[in-house]
Amino acid sequence: MLYDIFIDPFVQMYQMPDFFLQVLWEGFVAGILYALIALGFVLIFKASGVFNFAQGIMVVFAGLTLVGLNENGVPAYLALILTIGVMGVLAYGVERVVMRPLVNQPDIILLMATIGLTYFLIGFGEFVFGGEPKQMITEQLGLPTGSTAFEFGDRGLVILQHIDIAAAVIAILMVAALAIFFNKTRIGRALRAVADDHQAALSVGISLNQIWAIVWFAAGLVALATGIMWGARSDVSFALEIVAFKALPVLILGGFTSIPGAIVGGLIIGFGEKIGELYWGGLVGGGIESWLAYIIALIFLLFRPQGLFGERIIERI
Amino acid sequence: MNIKQLALGTAVAIGVGLSGVMTTAVQAEDTNYVPLLTYRTGPYAGSGIHIANGMHDYLKMLNERDGGIGGAKLVTEECETGYNAQKGVECYEATKGKGALVYNPYSTGITLQLIPKASVDKIPVLSMGYGLSAAADGTVFPWIFNVPDTYWDGASVVIKYIGEQEGGLENLKGKKIGYIFLDAGYGREPIPLLEQLSEKYGFELMQYPVPGAEMQNQSSQWLNVRRDRPDYMVMWGWGAMNPTAIKEAVKIRFPMDKFIGVWWSAGDDDAAAGGEGAKGYKAMNFSGVGREFAALDDIQKYVVDAGLSSTDAETIGSTLYNRGVLNSVIITEAIRTAQELTGKKAITGADMRMGLEALDLDEARLKELGLAGFAHPMKVTCEDHAGSHPVFIQEWDGKQWRQASGWIEPMTDLVRPLLEKAAAEYAEKNAPWPARTEPCPN
Repeated sequence: MLYDIFIDPFVQMYQMPDFFLQVLWEGFVAGILYALIALGFVLIFKASGVFNFAQGIMVVFAGLTLVGLNENGVPAYLALILTIGVMGVLAYGVERVVMRPLVNQPDIILLMATIGLTYFLIGFGEFVFGGEPKQMITEQLGLPTGSTAFEFGDRGLVILQHIDIAAAVIAILMVAALAIFFNKTRIGRALRAVADDHQAALSVGISLNQIWAIVWFAAGLVALATGIMWGARSDVSFALEIVAFKALPVLILGGFTSIPGAIVGGLIIGFGEKIGELYWGGLVGGGIESWLAYIIALIFLLFRPQGLFGERIIERI
Repeated sequence: MNIKQLALGTAVAIGVGLSGVMTTAVQAEDTNYVPLLTYRTGPYAGSGIHIANGMHDYLKMLNERDGGIGGAKLVTEECETGYNAQKGVECYEATKGKGALVYNPYSTGITLQLIPKASVDKIPVLSMGYGLSAAADGTVFPWIFNVPDTYWDGASVVIKYIGEQEGGLENLKGKKIGYIFLDAGYGREPIPLLEQLSEKYGFELMQYPVPGAEMQNQSSQWLNVRRDRPDYMVMWGWGAMNPTAIKEAVKIRFPMDKFIGVWWSAGDDDAAAGGEGAKGYKAMNFSGVGREFAALDDIQKYVVDAGLSSTDAETIGSTLYNRGVLNSVIITEAIRTAQELTGKKAITGADMRMGLEALDLDEARLKELGLAGFAHPMKVTCEDHAGSHPVFIQEWDGKQWRQASGWIEPMTDLVRPLLEKAAAEYAEKNAPWPARTEPCPN
């Protein structure tokens, strides 16, 4: 037993380096996708202190809108632009109808409001697009399909899916763009001011309503990117909403307020769950990755209760 | 009380009274009520919608074309379960009092919940090709029907088919057969039989559970498959699990002709998701392939073209749509049989149980229904509520399914004793399980 836990997995990694590399690659891709989902949660939490329960369904809704428009004859790129517009309208609507009337309400009320928004989007999405899964329009969007295999002589091969490479590149670009936007632009600085202190931000003339709408829009764009990438890996269906909750351990790990935390947390969970499942999962019958992510997050919490990059909360009594 | 309130109260009272009269008038007409537990929403909608459409459309067609069955119209009502056992039971409780004749839960989880209720409420459960395999033993489960096959029949067919590919079951010794399944009651159901077969024929059974929350995130399971290199893969998937698994199999370059799904992993959308790479993927089936059947033409004419259905006309003839049609054929033939046995137009749940138990859908009757060759002839007996009917293998050619084998008989000699043993164990575990008192109509 001790051999199976402490020695055998490492022997396997050495004996099958191609497979180990494949596991690392899959972990990296999963991690990037988890990070993208977590990013959507972080953006809204930073600006409003709201845990946006609806982030998962926003991923589905954005993907469905894109594919649904295309199915109705709208060319792929125009459908993409229109979907961005729809996410903008959704952000504006959420700010006007959900957020604004609930200003100064306790956090739990805002959380409940996002749960309500989730059910609204599920119902509205099913009403407009139906409940059937849809194929992502990967090729029409110019995203690569197919795969490339790297052979290591007689030691096996590593297969890289082109869509996974594209997902990694797009995620990195998106994170970089968001980082620049929030650090180098006036609106970004305003957002950080709102994140630090709502009242202080208001007192210097920052419009909370405008910031909230922008942040929900940014979270909508992140949801769209996630919907495209994850939809291309499987399909666009309401089951994707569940996958979005894979971001929870990422948030616990990375902190709810940190963009770098979402990225690093996503990668740790991605690598951790794949390596754990593939090399240690068999010891307990497999299927451990759904809870292993939480165990990894909890281990980190033992040492950093505020998450890897979360802000340390100091309360003076 | 002022005049306004009095007038309003009187109007309401008259309205209620009138509606009572009208209800009585409607009820005076002979009808048979069939609730349909369906799911058109949620993670399993991709499979559930086609089934629901097929079931609905065939029943509707009989109403439109023939005015129902034996002079009694069919009254149907869908209740959305979302493939959730709790919601399924709520649907059951909400509809059973309306004179429900039979329940089709379309979920092994819901079926397991309804099994103990069926004999109490005197409403049979028809879990067509799913549910508790042991329920095929009609002497223990007189109210449960899983015709035409149990999951154990299916598991034996798939191993038999693999054996044929290898030149005989004896050649399975030393082979590795992977089993990827939805980690729920449904996916776990065939495991006892697969383990028995593994022991008997000497192949190694490798299990890959897919939790419901990870249906669209199966890369770990398929990396395990890549490492373990099983000779064949067998899938018991449903909903979003199926297309994702097929895509992942393509991704790791698993030979698709050695990947075989159960009849619930046989959807057209499931296979199409894998694109060109999915060519060669196989699945078991017991209902018709394609739409070259007169009954389907009637559905098109009387229901779809008449705007009485939400079915996309292109999906008529798809595997899961046809499966839904077959389910309704079994329901309606059982109603017809029950009418003949009782001489009543409007039957009860207890009559329906007799109709199901006396079901004999032979080739001549299938032809008469406009469904010649749509299914293997099937017969239910008081002892055998599944019948262990033959199953065929179909193959995806990149665009559509085509039949890839003849009818394959399940290993009844092996399955039946195990079913009886499992039924006895179920009754013992759930003691006091009611002994069968229902008379046999055959």
